[in-house]
Amino acid sequence: MSSIPRSRLHVPRPPARPGEAPDFSYVVLSPAGAVERPDPNAPTSQIEYLADSMVRVLDDDHRAVGPWNPHLAPSDLELGLRHMLLTRIFDDRMHRAQRQGKITFYIKSTGEEAVSVAQCMALRPGDMLFPSYRNQGLHITRGRKLVDLMCQLLSNTRDMCKGRQLPVMYHWREGRLFSISGNLATQFPQAVGWAMAAAIKNEDHVAASWVGDGSTAEADFHNALLFAEVYKAPVILNVVNNQWAISTFQTFAGGEQRCFAARGPGYGLPGIRVDGNDFLAVYAVTQWAAARARTGAGPTLIELVTYRAAPHSTSDDPSRYRPKDDWEHWPLGDPIERLKSHLIALDAWSEERESLLIRQCEEEVAAAWREATTYGTLSDGPQLDPDTMFDDVLKERTSNLERQRRQLAQERAKP
Amino acid sequence: MSHMNMIQALNSAMDVMMARDPGVVVLGEDVGYFGGVFRTTDGLQRKYGEHRVLDTPITEGGIVAAAIGMAVNGLRPVAEIQFADYIYPAYDQIVSELARIRYRTGGEFAAPVTIRTPCGGGIRGGQTHSQSPEALFAHICGLKVVMPSNPYDAKGLLISAIEDEDPVVFFEPKRLYNGPFDGDPDKPATAWSSHPRGNVPEGHYRVPIGLAEIIRPGGQVTIVTYGTMVHVCLASARGLGVDAEIIDLRTIAPLDVETIAASVKKTGRCIVAHEATRFAGFGAEILASIQEDCFWHLEAPIQRVAGWDTPYPHAFEWEYFPGQARVSAAIKATLEAS
Ligand SMILES: Cc1ncc(C[n+]2csc(CCOP(=O)(O)OP(=O)(O)O)c2C)c(N)n1
Repeated sequence: MSSIPRSRLHVPRPPARPGEAPDFSYVVLSPAGAVERPDPNAPTSQIEYLADSMVRVLDDDHRAVGPWNPHLAPSDLELGLRHMLLTRIFDDRMHRAQRQGKITFYIKSTGEEAVSVAQCMALRPGDMLFPSYRNQGLHITRGRKLVDLMCQLLSNTRDMCKGRQLPVMYHWREGRLFSISGNLATQFPQAVGWAMAAAIKNEDHVAASWVGDGSTAEADFHNALLFAEVYKAPVILNVVNNQWAISTFQTFAGGEQRCFAARGPGYGLPGIRVDGNDFLAVYAVTQWAAARARTGAGPTLIELVTYRAAPHSTSDDPSRYRPKDDWEHWPLGDPIERLKSHLIALDAWSEERESLLIRQCEEEVAAAWREATTYGTLSDGPQLDPDTMFDDVLKERTSNLERQRRQLAQERAKP
Repeated sequence: MSHMNMIQALNSAMDVMMARDPGVVVLGEDVGYFGGVFRTTDGLQRKYGEHRVLDTPITEGGIVAAAIGMAVNGLRPVAEIQFADYIYPAYDQIVSELARIRYRTGGEFAAPVTIRTPCGGGIRGGQTHSQSPEALFAHICGLKVVMPSNPYDAKGLLISAIEDEDPVVFFEPKRLYNGPFDGDPDKPATAWSSHPRGNVPEGHYRVPIGLAEIIRPGGQVTIVTYGTMVHVCLASARGLGVDAEIIDLRTIAPLDVETIAASVKKTGRCIVAHEATRFAGFGAEILASIQEDCFWHLEAPIQRVAGWDTPYPHAFEWEYFPGQARVSAAIKATLEAS
C-alpha cells in the first residue's frame, strides 16, 4: 500500500435513504433572535456573517424575539395565515383534481408556503415578481382570483395562456407577475434586467425572483448574481432551498461545503440565510433586502431554508429516494402551524377561529373549482378554438401560419 | 432474445457497454440513485457504482462540458439531458466545442461523447416538454444525429453511438418508450412485447449509424420518415391501402441519401414526414436532396408533413401533432397529382 495520497472523486450523499431514519443533523440552526440585524445600507464586507448564520424570529415558545422581529400587527399575521392556508388547501384540491384526471399535471408547494406569502407581503404592489413553478402563493397573496389560476390548470376557454402552457405556468400582467418558463433558472437574470431598467428609468420599484436549490447550478443563476452586483440592481434574488431537486439532494448543487447564501459574498453582494418556515423571519429579511434595493445599496441574495414536503410534481414518487416520514422530522417544522401557534401565544387566535378559517378557505376553493369547470376542462366543453393555436407566434400571423390554420380546419372538418 | 420496451432496450445497451468497457460512464440529472425520470438508467448505479453512474448538478452546459473533458481523458461518457427541451443551455458546448474538437485540432484530439435525450410530444408536456430539435443539430458539422423508432434499433444504435469515435446526439422519441404509436390518441397504446421490433437480443449487437432502413417495400410512393412518425405513416399507408415504400431514416446525420434516391427513382413519388416544426425542419434537407438526385424521375411534387410553425401547445397537442389525417391527405395529394 502506497502512503502517497491520490486524487479521488467525492460523490455527495443525502443523509438518509428510504428505509433509513431521517437525519437532519446537517442543518445548522441559529437560536431565534441571535443574529444581529445590520443597517440595510451596510457594506457587504461587514455583513458576511448573515450568510453563515440563520435569521430566526419565532422561538420555541412561539414568541417573536430579537432584532429581526418585524413587529407585524395581529391583523397582518392573520392575513399571512389566511394566504398560507388558502395556498395549501388550493394545492391539495388541485393535486386531487390531477389524480382524478381533470388536469394533466400539478406541483404543490406544501411546507414552503411562508416563502411566497411572507415575501410577497413584504414587497409592494409595484414591485415585479419573476417566480418559479412553486410560487403559487405569490398569486394568491397578490389577490389573483382562484378561478383564474384554475382555468390555466384546466387549459379551458378562460385560460390566460390560451392552452399553450403546462399547468402551473401562470402569469399575471396586472398583478406584476411574470410568466413561468419550463426551463429552470431563466427568470433569475431576467429579473435583474427588469431591475436594471427600473434604475435606468429612475423608478422606485424593485424586482424579485425565485429559484430552487437545484437550479442554482444553472449558468443563469451565476449570470444573475454577476449582473446584479456589477450594476447594483434593485433586485432580490431568492434561493428556495427545499433540500431536493426531484430525486437529487441539494448537496449536488454545491450546498455541502457552504450554504447557498454564501454565494452572494463570493460575487460581492450580501447573502442572508433565513429560516424559511418562520413567517416573521422571512418577512423581515425580505423587508430588509427591499429597503436595500430601494435606497440604491443594491441586490441581496436570500437563501430560504425549507423542506419540500410533497412530491416534486404529480409525476414523482419521493418514497423511491428519501425516507417516507422525512418531512415530519424536519427541524424547522411547518410554517402554518408555527404562525398559528404564534398568534395563539399572542392571544389573537384560537382553534375555533382556525377551523372556521379552514372551512372558509375550503369553501372558497370548492366554489372557484365549480365555476372554473363551467368554462371547460381538457375533456369536457366548452373548449378553446384550436384556431387560436396560430395566434401570438408573432404579433401578426404570417402567411405560412395562415395556410396551416386553414389546413387544420380542413383536417378537423373531415370525419 | 427477450421482449423489451424502448426504455429497457436503451438500458440494456448501456448495461452491455458498461460491462464491456470500464471507460463507459453515464452522467446526468437524476440518472444515478433514482435511475432517471423515465427510468432509462435504472439499476446501473447499483451495478457499476457511483463513479461510473453520476448524478449531476442541474446544468446542462456543465454536463456536456464535463463529458467533453472526460472523453478527452479517455473515457466514453454517455450524458443524459433530461428532456430535449433542456439541451439549449448546453448548445454552446455542443455546437462550438464538442462538434469541432477533432477538426480544430487537426485530428489530434477527439471527444467521443454520446448525448441521450428524450424528444417529441404526446405526453401532454406543453411547450417545454415536447420539442423535436433534431434539425438544429443536423445543421452542425461534426455531429452525428440519431433517432430510433423501435427498441431493436434503439439498442443497436445506442451501442454504435457509444462505440463511435465521434460525438452523437441521440434523440429518443418518448412517445415510443412504452410501445408503438400510430398517432391516434384515443386508441389504447399497444406494448412493444407484441411487436417484432420489441424482440431484442440480450447481448451486444450493432445497428449501423448512417444507414436508413426500408421497413415496408412498395412501388407507388416513397415515404421518408423517422421516429414516432414511422408508425403514423405505416398506419396511414395501411389504412389507405396504398403500396407505399416506407423508409425509416434512423440516422438524421449523416443522411443516407442513396437509399432515399433509389426508392424515389423507383416510385416517382415521395412524401417526407416528421413531427418537428415544418419551416426549415429536417424535411427541407431531404426534399433538397431528392430534387438534386431524382428531379427527372419525379411524377408529382414532393409533399411535406410536419408539426405546425408554432410552439407545441398543451391543449392542442393532437391538433399540432401530424397524425394520420395529415399524412393520408399528403399521400392522396401525391398520388392524385400527375
Ligand atoms: C434547463 C432545465 N433542466 C432540467 C429541467 C427538468 N427539471 C424540472 S424541475 C427540476 C428540479 C428542480 O429542482 P429545484 O431547482 O431544487 O426546485 P424545486 O423543484 O425543488 O422547487 C428539473 C431537473 C428543467 N425544467 N429545465
